Amino acid sequence: MTDTTLAAPKRRFRFDRNASTILLLAAILIYVVLVVALGQTRFLTLENLIAILTRSITLGITAIGQTFAILVASIDLSVASVISAAAVVTSVVMNGNPAMMLPAIAAVLVMGAVIGLINGLVIARLEVNPLIATLGMSLIIQGILSYFYNNFAGNVPAEFQVFAYGSIGVVPFSLIFMFALAGLAWFLLRFTRFGSDIYSVGGNQDAARLAGIKTTRVIVGAHILCSLCAAIAGIYLASRLRSGAPWIGAEGVYDLESIAVVVIGGTVLAGGRGGIWGTMAGVIIFSLIDSIFNVAGVDAFVKQVLRGIIIVAAVAFYAARSQRPVA
Amino acid sequence: MTDQTATTVQLPKRGLPKINPVYVLLIALVLAIIVMNPAFAEPTGYMNYLKRVAALAILSGGALYVIVSGGFDLSVGSLMTLTVIGSSMLASNDPNSTYWIIPLMLGIGAVVGLINGLVVSYLKVPSLIATLGMMISLNGVAFMWSGGAPRGYLPDTFRFFGRYNISDVPLIGILPVAVICLAVFGVILWWGMHRTNYGRMLHAVGDNPQAARLAGVPVKSVRISAFVISSLTAVLAGVILGGRAGVSVDIGSGFELQAITAAVIGGAQLLGGRGSVPATIAGALALEAIFTLLNLLGLAQPIRLVVQGLILIGAVAFATYQRKRVGR
Repeated sequence: MTDTTLAAPKRRFRFDRNASTILLLAAILIYVVLVVALGQTRFLTLENLIAILTRSITLGITAIGQTFAILVASIDLSVASVISAAAVVTSVVMNGNPAMMLPAIAAVLVMGAVIGLINGLVIARLEVNPLIATLGMSLIIQGILSYFYNNFAGNVPAEFQVFAYGSIGVVPFSLIFMFALAGLAWFLLRFTRFGSDIYSVGGNQDAARLAGIKTTRVIVGAHILCSLCAAIAGIYLASRLRSGAPWIGAEGVYDLESIAVVVIGGTVLAGGRGGIWGTMAGVIIFSLIDSIFNVAGVDAFVKQVLRGIIIVAAVAFYAARSQRPVA
Repeated sequence: MTDQTATTVQLPKRGLPKINPVYVLLIALVLAIIVMNPAFAEPTGYMNYLKRVAALAILSGGALYVIVSGGFDLSVGSLMTLTVIGSSMLASNDPNSTYWIIPLMLGIGAVVGLINGLVVSYLKVPSLIATLGMMISLNGVAFMWSGGAPRGYLPDTFRFFGRYNISDVPLIGILPVAVICLAVFGVILWWGMHRTNYGRMLHAVGDNPQAARLAGVPVKSVRISAFVISSLTAVLAGVILGGRAGVSVDIGSGFELQAITAAVIGGAQLLGGRGSVPATIAGALALEAIFTLLNLLGLAQPIRLVVQGLILIGAVAFATYQRKRVGR
């Protein structure tokens, strides 16, 4: 073993670890340059920065959950439907009555946990491909939801809108909540047995099983957390929109976008490597891109086209160097 | 090593008449429909059913190429939408435009498939993400092109393929052009998958890309061509669907999942290596038969989604269970 053979993989490894930071800095740089070039320095205030971050709270909360699913080498395509379902259930159960706030939240969280449990069991026990299992789950949820509701249903009491609109000074509650949730997730991954089990199972499921880890439980746990986060994102969205409709999750493309920000954040789609803070960087990158489009005045449809291209390009940024053929 | 014993063990199994369960399912469903609605046994009944299913069946046959090669193609639904909207925008009510619009659309489809394939093969983006990104972009392009609301309509020459019925055919009375298209493209897709060297390479790539590469299969070009074929069938399906159903902005949405469901019902193995075109077409027929049955039972449209989701999970779980039992 010579020095050169050791140095080469080490450098690439460091690039992988820092790629999300590089992307984040690049996005900030482009944003600042664009704003200065257009002479619109009013976009550079603290208030505007917070506004940019606040725009992607739904995505951020969803992506925290998605990180768990992807770390365990699974994936969850049902988050968009879970968000819709959670938002509708929240607003229908509350129906303008402040007394129903806690029951509604409890009901939504239970629903999220049950959906995650089913997802996890179908994937871990029946060994159904996670893409198909969660796509199927998504169809089922969407079908049930649009059987009962086809428009905005129920409404959220004013007291509950504080979750989305209230703030301490200039910092909204929801932003604090998102970062608190991210901190909690980080703690879970970094310092608990469950967290290290997630990395083991994601890295190599067979090895983890042989090492005595109950892989089924870990996969099910990761999916429960993923669906719970999606449900919380739905609750937040209901609070912000003041009501829930069965299409709001699909309209936000939260399934694909949450996967994209997780991957941009440096979590490997094959599982076992990555973390929460990378995901948060990915979320901020996405909201910056959105703001760049807004500042530059890009047409809504063009924005959609570019967004699709950016998602693929971002994933390619990480994946192109891998030697394995992909599915 | 155990190669020879493996083949000798397998040979008697192959000898047994082993019917793909999808055919049994299809026959059972059709019988159930006939019991509930005897008019279905008349030529107009089943020909209309075949006409309805033609777009999905062709699409599934093409999607199977990607599935057998080990990927997914989720962009086909939006490509169908783009085909219908683009054609109606370009046609501007000129009946002669059809003759250049369809080749142009096939060209666009080929480019879309090529991009999908190149992104998956060279940039190593998982096909699911690559084609989902393509789906978002194509939907955006369709909206951009039409300005949000489609204008114009498809000329009759364009709608010929999806709508026209040849009447006074002996024995069966009517014969929709869509059904002829289904038969023709079904045979072509079957031939390409099961009777050519290319089809064998496709199976090899999906089963084990490394082994295929070492055996001299041009893995990248095989995978890219699978995406091109899938996109071309999506354009054909779009032409037929647009002809039958007319122009709307979300006409193709949901078809990508229906095509995968049809392939899975037909016993295709997700992530590659196994799949049959006739069984996939039978899967598409079965899926449409289930939808017809749900209609006859008076169940609302959203129930379709629930049933489709359950079938998707159930079929894959069943296939996994069977594979585990056989020990492969």
